[in-house]
Parts: sequence; C-alpha cells; structure tokens
Amino acid sequence: MIAFLAAHSKTIDQIGINALLAVSLMISLRVGQLALAQVAFMGIAAYVGSLGAIDFGWNLPVSMLAGGLGATVAAALLALPIARLRGVFLAIATIGFGEVARIIEINLPLTGGAEGLANIPNDANTAWIYGTLAVALAGLFAFGRSRWILAFDAVREDEVAARGCGIDVGTLRFAALTAGGAVAGFAGVLYAHANFFITPGDFGFGRMEQVLVYSVVGGTTSALGSALGAAALTILPEAIRFLKDYRDVTTGALLLGFIIFAPRGLAGLWQRA
Amino acid sequence: MASLSQQLVNGITLGAVYALFAIGYTLVFGVLDILNLAHAAIFMAGAFVAFALTGYGLPPVAAAVVAIVFGGLLGIALDRVAFAPLRARNAGTLAPLISSIGVAIIIQGVVRGIFGPDQHRFDVGALSTVQLRAGPISVGALDLIAVGAALGLMLALNYVLLRTPLGRSIRAVADDRIAAAILGIDLERTIALTFFIASALGAAAGILIGLQYGTVSLDMGSRIELKGLAIIVLGGMGSITGAALGAFILGIAETLSVALVSSSYRDAIAFALMFGILVARPSGLFGKQKLRGA
Repeated sequence: MIAFLAAHSKTIDQIGINALLAVSLMISLRVGQLALAQVAFMGIAAYVGSLGAIDFGWNLPVSMLAGGLGATVAAALLALPIARLRGVFLAIATIGFGEVARIIEINLPLTGGAEGLANIPNDANTAWIYGTLAVALAGLFAFGRSRWILAFDAVREDEVAARGCGIDVGTLRFAALTAGGAVAGFAGVLYAHANFFITPGDFGFGRMEQVLVYSVVGGTTSALGSALGAAALTILPEAIRFLKDYRDVTTGALLLGFIIFAPRGLAGLWQRA
Repeated sequence: MASLSQQLVNGITLGAVYALFAIGYTLVFGVLDILNLAHAAIFMAGAFVAFALTGYGLPPVAAAVVAIVFGGLLGIALDRVAFAPLRARNAGTLAPLISSIGVAIIIQGVVRGIFGPDQHRFDVGALSTVQLRAGPISVGALDLIAVGAALGLMLALNYVLLRTPLGRSIRAVADDRIAAAILGIDLERTIALTFFIASALGAAAGILIGLQYGTVSLDMGSRIELKGLAIIVLGGMGSITGAALGAFILGIAETLSVALVSSSYRDAIAFALMFGILVARPSGLFGKQKLRGA
C-alpha cells in the first residue's frame, strides 16, 4: 500500500489539485453561470504565490494566502463588469479574460515570459493538497446545509422567479464567482509548489476544458461529485495508456455521454431528483 | 512605408479565411442560439482530410472538394450526436456548448490517433511557392486563391440564404423556430442542412489556412477557435455580415499591429476587444440583425 502510494504520489497530488479546480468551477455552475476563467484565477494565484516564494522566501501558507487573495481580487474585478452577462455570453467573456491573462503572463518580464518560473520551492505535499480539499469540501457541505443553498438553486433554475422571491441575484452571482476564484487560487499555488515550475501554457483554455469535463462527469451541482469526477478523469488516462494517441477519444466520449444521458453526472447516483 | 500596404494586403488575405471560419460559427449560433465549440475541430479535420488525400495523389481541387463535403457530413453527424438529443429535451444553451466540446475532443483524438501528434507539411507542389508582385507588394498565389475561394463561398452562401427555398427555411428557423415549424418547415432537415453548410465552410477555411501556412497541425483548430469567437462577438452573435466585417477588421488589425506596434500583444488586443464589446455592447459593432438582414 505504502509502495503503491509512493509510486503514484504525483498522480495522487494531481487528483487533489484537479478536484479543487472542479469544485471551484462547480460553485459558479451551482448558480447557473458557466464561468470559464477558473484556470486563469489558478494561474494568477500560482504566479503571485511563486514570485513571493522565490523573491521573498514565503513559505507555503503565506504563498497560499497571498495567491488565494490575488485570485479572489481578480475574480471580484472580473465579476463586476460581467454582472449583466448570462449564458454563452458570460462563457465567452470569461474565456476572453482567461486568454488576456495568459497573454499578459507570456509578455510580462516579471512572470518570466513563455519559459515561466522555475525553482519554486517544492513544499506542497500530499497532506497540504488534501487538507485544502477537505476544508473546501467541508465548507461547501456546511454551506449546502444552510438556507443559502436554496437561493443558489433558485437562481440557477429560474432567475426571474428567484428575483421575484426577493433573492439578491447579483450578490449571489458575485459571491459564487469570487468564492470559486479563491478555491481555484489555492489550487494554483499548490500546483506551482508541487511541480517546481509553471509556464503560461499551463493555464490555457485546454486545461479549462479538462476542468469542465471533471465537473460535468462528476456532477455540476455537487462538490463531492465534481471532486470524484476529477479523480476518475485524472486516473483514466493513466489506466488506458495502451490506447496511446487515441486516449483523448475516451475523455470526449465520456463528456458527451454524461451530458446527454446523465446530466447530473456521478452525483446523480445519490442526489435526489 | 511600403511595408504598410504590404501588411494591409496580408491582413485582407488573413481576414478572408477568418471570415469563412467565423461565418460557419455564427450561422449555427444565429439559427440555434448555441455556441458550437466543435467548429474548430471540424476546421482542423477538414484540413487533415485534404492533406491526406493529396498525399494519396488526388489533385488538390478534388481533394479540397471531398474534404469540404466530408466536413459538412461531419457537421450533420455532430448535430445528430451532440445537439439533437439536447434539443429534444430543451436542455438550454449551456449543455450543447459542453457537448460540442466533447465532440471536439473526440475529433481531435481520432485525428491524433491517425496522424500522430506532429504537424505535417502540406504543400501542393509548385503552386505553394509562387509569389506575384505588383510594385512593392507581393502576394502568394495561394493567398490569392484563398481570398478568391473565400469570397466565392461567401457570395454562394449569400445567394443560398437570400434566394433559395432552403435559405428561406433557414432564416425562418433562425427567426422563430416554433412559428417555422407551425408553417410546415421541416425543422430537423433545415437544421441538418445548416450544420452541413456551416461545417463545410469551416472545413474549407481549414484547408485554405493549411495551404497558406504550408502545414496542418492538431492545434490549428484551437489557435483559430478563440479568434473566431472574438470575431463573431465583434460582428454581433448570429450576424453573418457582421462576422465577415469583423473578420476583416481583425485580420487587418492583427497584421497592422505587427507592423506598427509589436507582435507580442497582438492576440491580447483581439480578446480585450471581445471582452469590452461583450460588456459595453453585447449586440456587437454592427447591431442585432441576425440572419434576417443577412
């Protein structure tokens, strides 16, 4: 068991980080907004945390606080101008934000350009990653037991009716985006500190698509489901290495199959209809 | 400033192919209100099919025609697999966006499986190197062909949409799907043909870009995908004229920014513009005319 864990520690860490990203996307999806900037928030936090660690010798907790704060501020700044956008328009605007962030990271001298940053202290171990994930899941579980979650669900199902019930839709959407930004930020700092180096290419639209797959397969309204989806789809490519270049076909087919036949994802196994 | 007029010409050749790509993108949005993120994968697949067929010795024009038809059929398959089931249960606009990403991943996976992860040289013999000169400006023969083909296909689309019964059906469905169905228009057939046209245009754009760059690669789709998004936002989602104008604006802006400013932020300008327009004027630069005013 110990030997197995040691041999696969890289994958196990990656599962935890991907689970955090899927959960961060889920928070926005829960109020019905498809905000595809999570990976951009992840990148912003990764750069903030890594630069602090390299230049000022921050340890991991300080890096995580600073990076998480940076991502939250970025999410809040993004949330204000896009408050009026819905549906695909919101999705497109957030994709645009992510691309601009990535291009800035490529061009700023501070962020090391396309080569990115190296020599990031490798102090994010499995305990830190899963501790963060546990805190995030516990927080969302507690939130899920409060009455606030009813307001989230009401906004997702019918925004006009929710407004009619006196729900402050704007505040909820703002809160969901910034909370998701914070979680993505923690994931970003952990990612940087677990991988020694980061490049702008790590935070592109391709990874955003992957995160979306995790959440859809796991369940777009369930934190635990999203985390499970991330675990399943991080293990899958390792398990089907024999398919070589055809591996991605399985990911795409799973995404397609779940969105059409099981739109509640893995969470549909236990969620009430 | 000879290079400025040269960059203008380059911008127009770039914009023509962008336009072909973006028109297919926006046509589907105009008719169905869904964002088809598999469009770029079909664009890429079309280029690879043409590349493979010329490799087997087919003449370039025949290979292009087969690849374009293949792209169109792929579009119909895409609709049946990813969109029709969701349409049947009124799943909203976000689910189709996600399912189209699924199809895009599948198409990319298949192309990667067949052709491997590397990029391939795509040239059609002597034509690939011919340069035409007019004073200080030089244009590749392939660029001219690309512009001609793009403009020709756009005019053909305009004719189909405005002058044929199919075009009338497509515009009716875009305008009001339920009313169109009540008036006896075969919805599923019209939608399938819309996907055929849109995806064939996408494949054609892929072939032309592949020829202009002299390579086909797996990531050629993802490189144009987000630019296509910027263009259709610029032109107003669903507006065909807007997409065409937006494409030329972006093409020229990109090449001019390389000439006048620097190349490093040229992509950021497109996305910043897209973001700004979504926030300030979601109907795009050219107003909300949708397909009616095509």
